[in-house]
Amino acid sequence: MVEVQDANAVYAGAFDNPVFQSQAVFRALMDGMARPGTVVAIDASAVPPEPMGRGAGAIALTLCDTDTPAWLTQTQAQSAVPAWLAFHTGAPVTDVKPEARFAFVEAGAMVPGFNQFALGTQDYPDRSTTLVIEIAALSGGPAMIGAGPGIKGEVEISPVGLPDIFLTLWNENRSVFPRGVDLVLVAGDAALCLPRTVKLRRKEA
Amino acid sequence: MYVAVKGGEAAIANAHRLLADRRRGDRSLPAISIAQIVAQLGLAVDRVMAEASLYDRSLAALAVTQARGDMIEAIFILRAYRTTLPRFGYAQPVDTADMKIERRVSATYKDLPGGQLLGPTFDYTHRLLDPSLLEDGPVDEPEQKDVGDAVTMRVSEILAGEGLIEPDGMLPEDHVPGDITREPLEFPLNRDLRLQALARGDEGFLLALAYSTQRGYARTHPFAGEIRIGEVEVEMDIPELGFAVSLGRIRVTECQMVNQFSGSAKQPPQFTRGYGLVFGQSERKAMAMALVDRALRAQEFGEDIVAPAQDEEFVISHSDNVQATGFVEHLKLPHYVDFQAELDLVRRMRREHVAAKSQGPKPDMKEAAE
Amino acid sequence: MDAIKQNQIEPEKSERHRCMRLLAQATVEEMRAALQSVQPAPEVFAVRGPETGLVMVRGRIGGGGDPFNLGEATVTRATVRLGTGEIGHGQMLGTEKEKARLAAVFDALWQRPEQRGVVEALVLAVEERIAAQDRLEAEQTAATRVDFFTMVRGEN
Repeated sequence: MVEVQDANAVYAGAFDNPVFQSQAVFRALMDGMARPGTVVAIDASAVPPEPMGRGAGAIALTLCDTDTPAWLTQTQAQSAVPAWLAFHTGAPVTDVKPEARFAFVEAGAMVPGFNQFALGTQDYPDRSTTLVIEIAALSGGPAMIGAGPGIKGEVEISPVGLPDIFLTLWNENRSVFPRGVDLVLVAGDAALCLPRTVKLRRKEA
Repeated sequence: MYVAVKGGEAAIANAHRLLADRRRGDRSLPAISIAQIVAQLGLAVDRVMAEASLYDRSLAALAVTQARGDMIEAIFILRAYRTTLPRFGYAQPVDTADMKIERRVSATYKDLPGGQLLGPTFDYTHRLLDPSLLEDGPVDEPEQKDVGDAVTMRVSEILAGEGLIEPDGMLPEDHVPGDITREPLEFPLNRDLRLQALARGDEGFLLALAYSTQRGYARTHPFAGEIRIGEVEVEMDIPELGFAVSLGRIRVTECQMVNQFSGSAKQPPQFTRGYGLVFGQSERKAMAMALVDRALRAQEFGEDIVAPAQDEEFVISHSDNVQATGFVEHLKLPHYVDFQAELDLVRRMRREHVAAKSQGPKPDMKEAAE
Repeated sequence: MDAIKQNQIEPEKSERHRCMRLLAQATVEEMRAALQSVQPAPEVFAVRGPETGLVMVRGRIGGGGDPFNLGEATVTRATVRLGTGEIGHGQMLGTEKEKARLAAVFDALWQRPEQRGVVEALVLAVEERIAAQDRLEAEQTAATRVDFFTMVRGEN
């Protein structure tokens, strides 16, 4: 019986209409990366196996393929997620962080230090990892002010569920520019993108 | 200044309609079917597959028809189509030792195990036009003979037994095969990337380079150790199954070129090798590829780089006929503005030239004349 | 995994492997005809595809050395689920979608003991057809083998 449940988890849960739904999610992510800090809606009809969330699942179906090794948290790596990813996207799972093109962290899991992942090179800064981090909510938490390309003036974000040292990690990531990772924060069926170009600081009370 | 112009839509549409008409030609003649091209112009199809870097006989035949027989145009069309498909994965390396052999010859050993199998070759024909082909006359069935049970051993294995030849090409441990379709070229290249580029390289370009090495521009003293043509099985890992599954068979041509090497401080004298592997039946291309592969290994063997065929950046940057045709042929597209600028420049220089002349020779020029 | 379990799985795997290999070379006609003999006709649901994509074919440097990317080939694949729950995969070179779908159906049917006989009969027929064709071609090639004979052997 366990096998049948596993099989259902692995073979089910992809987009009903892969072409249009992946295009819609791609468009949302592209807009999100172009306008950092804005909340974009993710077509969350994907149902990945636990513990991966629906939004992260839809992003995985959209962005991953056989040439993009994915890093998963240990909990996800031991679930049906690797088999689901393999079947629907072809993406191999790697436990070597610098080899990963994408990294998926489910809500509540520990977020590894950004500099453990691929940061790209001076010549090819694009050869870096994009981290998809699921969090409790995209607003309502401690406020931060963002500025940089794609942001008119400043933008205020207040995600809930990031590690306490997030700003320290982010500033370290900023310091190796143009190298560095990019982040997609996901909560439910919405996402907020933080490309490495964004400068973040705590909002003074 | 950049001037954008519009116009030509009607002319372009009509030109394409005219192209379709000329492609079809005389309507009183039957249209050629794709199946006919696959069956009767198989080597044209093979060349398109090899240089488009996409193995699919029917699609290659369709490209040949669409291109009116223009091979580079057909290669271009098939290359473009390739980019519209997702890549499902990577096959296990094909095992050419286990090939279902259709032709196998060696110029180094007369009596090698498995024998010399000529197969369907143009060799030893007299290259006389055959008027009998003007009629759709009967064609004899091929002769058949007992196959015997000799294993068709590789020539490189025979020499390897005596330690007289370098082993098969090895790259550093954990080396992931590079892919020129995924990452931009960065020179110097590893041999795996060079072979990928050569396998899709223009046959004429590689042939000319190979010929140049024989004529003395980077001589490598080659022997055709072995050429084999036949089908090999393609197996792909299916992650959801946990094992590799056969997808069917493809025809390839393999050439092992054996080259003399007088040795260096580190290595004793031995034979070195150049390798060619090409989609389809194309022994000219496989041989040329093997010669160029060996020439490009000059640095590895501490040989002086004195000829074009040894210059990796020159060879690999210019071997792709889709890139080459794109850049050469783009010159026919409108360059009206660029040319106006040039025209202005030449007029001004002529005015200055005339003005300078009318003032008589400058003193220093007079001196030089004396 | 303990050795006993491994041994039970391996023959099963290699048998399925053989079936999939031969289904990849079966024709649509062969598979359609064989499907007629499956009664009642199986309920089939599409899980993925049929879809056409590419596989990167690899060679080995020098024939037996490290791998390099030779070029791509078209491949079409399908995954289906039978009404009875079995998941089947079909994949082969080329762009024929119906072929991939039918191969997936037979891979799923193979997993049902009561249908395995039909699948085995089909793949056996395919195997025999291919073997006969291969034999014919090998014999035609063998007729082009050069038999050297010595005309003159020079002394000194």
